[in-house]
Amino acid sequence: MAKTQFIVDGKRVAIDGDPQMPLLYALRDDLKMKNPKFGCGLAQCGACTVHLNGEPVRSCVLPVAGVQGQQVTTLSGLGTADKPHPLQTAFVEEHVSQCGYCLNGWVMTTAAFLKKNPKATDSQIRDALAGLKCRCGAHVAIMRAIKRVQAQMA
Amino acid sequence: MKATAMNDHTSVSASRREFLLGSGALVVAASTPWASGTAHAQAGAAGKPALAPGELDSWVAIHPDGRATAYFGKVDLGQGLDVAIAQIVAEELDLEFDKVHVIMGDTATCLNQGGASSALGIQTGAKPLRNAAAEARRILLDMASRQLGTAADRLAVADGVISSLDDRSRAVSYAELIGGKYFNSKVEWNKQVGNQMDVKGVAKPKQPSEYKVVGKSFPRRDVAAKVFGTHPFVTEVSVPGMLHARVIRTPHAGSVPHQVDVGSIAAVAGARVIHEKNFLAVVADKEWDAVRAAQLLKVRWSEPKNPFPSFEKVYDHIRSAPTVTREQSPPKGDVAAAFKDAARVVEAEYEWPFQSHASMGPGCAVVDARPDRATLWTGTQKPHYARDGVARLLGLPPEKVHGIWVIGPGSYGRNDAGDAALDAALLSKLTGRPVRVQGMRHDGTAWDPKAPASIHRARAALDASGKVLAYEFVSRGFSRVEIESNESKPSESLAGMELGLPVKPGIGFGTPAESYGFDHKLLAWEVVPALLERSSPLRTSHMRDPVGLQIHFASEQFMDELAAAAGEDPVAFRLKYLTGARDKAVVQAAADKAGWQPRTSPQRDRSGDLLRGRGIAYAQRGGTILAVVAEIEVERKTGRIWGRKFTVAHDCGLIVNPLGLRNTIESGLVQAMSRTLFEEVRFDPGMVTSVDWPSYPILEMKDAPETIDVVLINRPEVAPTGAGEATPRVVPAAMANAFFDATGVRLRRAPMSPQRVKAALAAA
Repeated sequence: MAKTQFIVDGKRVAIDGDPQMPLLYALRDDLKMKNPKFGCGLAQCGACTVHLNGEPVRSCVLPVAGVQGQQVTTLSGLGTADKPHPLQTAFVEEHVSQCGYCLNGWVMTTAAFLKKNPKATDSQIRDALAGLKCRCGAHVAIMRAIKRVQAQMA
Repeated sequence: MKATAMNDHTSVSASRREFLLGSGALVVAASTPWASGTAHAQAGAAGKPALAPGELDSWVAIHPDGRATAYFGKVDLGQGLDVAIAQIVAEELDLEFDKVHVIMGDTATCLNQGGASSALGIQTGAKPLRNAAAEARRILLDMASRQLGTAADRLAVADGVISSLDDRSRAVSYAELIGGKYFNSKVEWNKQVGNQMDVKGVAKPKQPSEYKVVGKSFPRRDVAAKVFGTHPFVTEVSVPGMLHARVIRTPHAGSVPHQVDVGSIAAVAGARVIHEKNFLAVVADKEWDAVRAAQLLKVRWSEPKNPFPSFEKVYDHIRSAPTVTREQSPPKGDVAAAFKDAARVVEAEYEWPFQSHASMGPGCAVVDARPDRATLWTGTQKPHYARDGVARLLGLPPEKVHGIWVIGPGSYGRNDAGDAALDAALLSKLTGRPVRVQGMRHDGTAWDPKAPASIHRARAALDASGKVLAYEFVSRGFSRVEIESNESKPSESLAGMELGLPVKPGIGFGTPAESYGFDHKLLAWEVVPALLERSSPLRTSHMRDPVGLQIHFASEQFMDELAAAAGEDPVAFRLKYLTGARDKAVVQAAADKAGWQPRTSPQRDRSGDLLRGRGIAYAQRGGTILAVVAEIEVERKTGRIWGRKFTVAHDCGLIVNPLGLRNTIESGLVQAMSRTLFEEVRFDPGMVTSVDWPSYPILEMKDAPETIDVVLINRPEVAPTGAGEATPRVVPAAMANAFFDATGVRLRRAPMSPQRVKAALAAA
């Protein structure tokens, strides 16, 4: 069995087993890191999003072998209650989410987008977030949180 | 866990566990909160009266540090119901809000209050908690009176400290009086189980004029932990020795597995097939191995049956199918006679498709079944009933099964969470190991219970002046409950059906909820037979505001059609015929806030590629009354509708938490927009073909509204009613009415998808 080595949230890890196994299962099942969620397994919803070398990727379709030697960041690598990412603070302040299962995808995708496009317009933000799902309908609150963090960054 | 400004609520509950469990258990309890229910129950077992509605200790507890726990037999699905319950209990106990912790949906410590059901969390669910907390306060005052030697009416309570009004230095705290001990006191139970369970004590709860905590905004307690990814969902539950499973369901509705090629998964070491009658699954120690085995497994299925009509013919099928049951509300006047006198008759028919919960993540459950007992971890919103179903399936008495609710990946009624629970129970029994089941995307979309498809026929008789003489509204569709809205009967689960348990579809639908005072009026419904009684991917059950969107999409569009026929403004038309004062108030409030200018629909100027329109709809639901004004844009070339701005006026009586209420209204509105614009379950004669997000599209960010204005009408004199399911029912008609206003074209079939809009505009 092949061994895949990579870095998650600053820690070196090694995964034994099927190199074609999606990264999501390595994170959740092998490493017990439960932040990325299984939503569809088809890269259609975003719940499983992690950053690979700073870029958002859908871990449910990315074979674990594809991250050999690379840097993976999960939601807890982005920020914690003690050291929150500004976007996480804004989500808390705007009371974002109903069930909250989708939050990982919105926070991880938006954080990467705003890093490159801090002054994005509403319509650019809406386009950039295409493909993310929130079944409970928290979209308006999500937009409020994004506008809040943009105002703080300005 | 550290206490910080960001997660102080989490730290509060951690400290609760520390107290309840002793410090040795803190790590386990804090890092695996799903274990807390078990440990808590054991901790509480010593000296605590057995769980029973008539025992005060079954509802509230005061701890040695003066904090309190409320035991709530419903669950919060992300609207902040637990926050409202904590407010109500804190109010009656005269404790700080932050000192009240709420435990939900654990069958060992909470009574069966029906789970999340029909937005009754506050309306009925809070009642026994309110009464029990008031009774607890009365008993504590009594104890203080004896201890301090002061008459109870000369005592005051502030944040759990009772002091003499005559000498403030004479004081005693709740913690000193009873902390960590039990009341051992009875309350009077109304003998109801489920939603209507209530208890009464000797104490009278406070009057709304005395409220200090109820009526204020408090934030959700779970949001920070969810934003930081530390809040566990049911998908995170993991127990030692657990197997992962995937259940294999037929690619042809009605077919059963005839031959299973066990060798086809030989490449997946450790995976094995579990096959019992028509139930088929694969299990493995690693989750990915279970997924791979499910992908590889070769099965020969019985001959396809093609039990469904073609997708395009479903409404014709509903029209021509036999009627199983017809029910009508008591008719007012003589409708048939009034139609004979009509100068003019207006008629219309509306159609609504099957819809899927399509929860964010497929259903998940873990069951550890032993020969004499079992534990169930479930995300279903009715954990007590799921516990009953698991007990029946396993042949155990219900008290031998411990159901622990852990929030699931989205819940809007009876979705696929309940099937996951029964699947996991069966698999744990068959393997002798704890089993975790989670579906794949197609299990959540193609195989979840569906909201029923229906047609709605409305007609009205008008006199020569345009006055409405008579109104008749008849819904006809699949039952709202081919399977019951809870999981207490294994025969109504997919696993039970695959085991061959007898099936008997339930019957029910509904009528519009409004106060239009037409002289002659008849509201009725008819149910047609299930398309496939056993193991159907189109079996129907409750989905958020069951049949409310369907019915009011039709009835509130028809009111606009009548307004147009009478040459009246849609708001003025409604105000003219509505009889309830609160009903008129919400319509007026929504119109005022939206800046509604009186005129008839449609707009006169309907030229150009971008059309704009406004529409209103109003309804009642379970005592709550609301109206919404939708302002939309229609792109003529693409057929895209954008619901740009909404104005909601909402009256649910006394408001407990304005912040939670606003967020609930907003999200309910957006979800209903999605159902109005995009959602329909597609199928062919052999199978559901909506299996993932491209084949079951929902609203995305670009289609979310720019603005939602919410006018909250607070009526402290009226007991609170539900908010979770009222907003969805007014959204579809408001958008359809706005579409007519913009274009002059009626869309009487949902969803109002771009393709349907283009076709309707082309045909106009």
